[in-house]
Amino acid sequence: MRKADPGTSTPALADDLARLEEIVRKLEADDVELDAALLLFEEGVARLRAARERLVAAEVKVQAVLEEAGGDIRLTDLDA
Amino acid sequence: MTLSLSLNIPSLSDQVWSVGQLNTAINRLIDGSLPPIWVRGEVLQCKVWSSGHWYFTLRDGRSQVRCCMFRLNASRAGKPPADGTEVFVLAKAGLYEEKGEFQLVVARMLPTSAVGQKQQELERVKVLLQQDGLFDPLRKRAVPPYVSTIAVVTSRDGAALKDVVTVARKRWPCARILLVGARVQGEGAVDDLVRALKLVNRIPGLDICIVGRGGGAREDLAAFNSEAVCRALANVRVPTISAVGHEIDISLTDLVADLRAATPSAAAELAVADRRDVLRLVDDLSLRLASGLTGRTRLAAERLARSRDRLQAAVAGVLDSRRNLADRLAAQLDALSPLRVLGRGYAVPMDEAGRVLKRRADFIPDTGFRLRVADGDVRARVE
Repeated sequence: MRKADPGTSTPALADDLARLEEIVRKLEADDVELDAALLLFEEGVARLRAARERLVAAEVKVQAVLEEAGGDIRLTDLDA
Repeated sequence: MTLSLSLNIPSLSDQVWSVGQLNTAINRLIDGSLPPIWVRGEVLQCKVWSSGHWYFTLRDGRSQVRCCMFRLNASRAGKPPADGTEVFVLAKAGLYEEKGEFQLVVARMLPTSAVGQKQQELERVKVLLQQDGLFDPLRKRAVPPYVSTIAVVTSRDGAALKDVVTVARKRWPCARILLVGARVQGEGAVDDLVRALKLVNRIPGLDICIVGRGGGAREDLAAFNSEAVCRALANVRVPTISAVGHEIDISLTDLVADLRAATPSAAAELAVADRRDVLRLVDDLSLRLASGLTGRTRLAAERLARSRDRLQAAVAGVLDSRRNLADRLAAQLDALSPLRVLGRGYAVPMDEAGRVLKRRADFIPDTGFRLRVADGDVRARVE
């Protein structure tokens, strides 16, 4: 399976959830020093909050993509 | 004498079916087991009734079946076919219950000759695309798990965009949906779709692209079988879903896209996760994070307690050995102490400054000195 070309967006939510998985696995593995564990926990809490905010706050946004005469891209909101 | 008849006939209490019940039951059996199907055959005796309905027979070398095509569908099929015309019909099989006749209710009819030309063109393009590896499973990309921006290449006025938006609102409200408008049928549709797919590649921050339309007749899907559209779709740099909205036919864009969906709604469901599932995942991670830290601090506390115990034991050991040494030294000191000698009756003479008078010369006549005995000093004088 080929990968999407570089340059496309990597959604922040996917990053947050992947990092959270990693943090939780490290904490569960018991081989992290306490100082490092506390730092991981703090980072985990921040990422959880960010993920939750992304999930609950939003409302679907619909826009039309238009190509201007000069070739530039313009977005206009649509009621859909 | 009474005549006794052994009546091997049903009584009123037995289950006896009416003809109508029988035909209804048979019709249900057929209806439940056969979806709408394409059937190929030769038309015979097509009669157009004043109601506008068509009645005809479809046959091949071996069998035949009665067909009817109601006014609305018949009016779309053009002129009634002449005897012997070979056609494809899209039909639902059933029983005409009033007459107990098996029949096909035809929704669409296409002469095989017309289909033949289109089919040949389709096959030609298909072979070309296949040779270039555009259907290769290794090309297929996975849909990202949590998309934020979705491009929808479809008609501005069609139902496809609305369907995608409806699904996204329900499942994934954090989505941003970008319509890239294109005619999807008729004149100019191919050029429009190609231009739109090229435009997709210039949209920054895009995660996925859905290309499609609502349901349509087979000939209306032609643009999605065009070579140019397929190649433009293959060049889209984000994962693609083809949703041409037809359950029966597969278009070539379905084969080129990373994923195929039967309808735009189904495409949207493939494109976006369900927010409720992801929130459950977040809750789960939240719990694991908390218990992970608790576990980790408990471990540290246990380790600390173990260290404290070892430290205490070590300090106690050192203190004990020091105490023993001190006791021993005290005993030795005690043994050597001059006080112990004094206890045995000796005395030590010292002058007023506390210096010990050890020789005769140290004693000056008529001078006082002190004699240190076991329990204190005694004043004395040299004669």
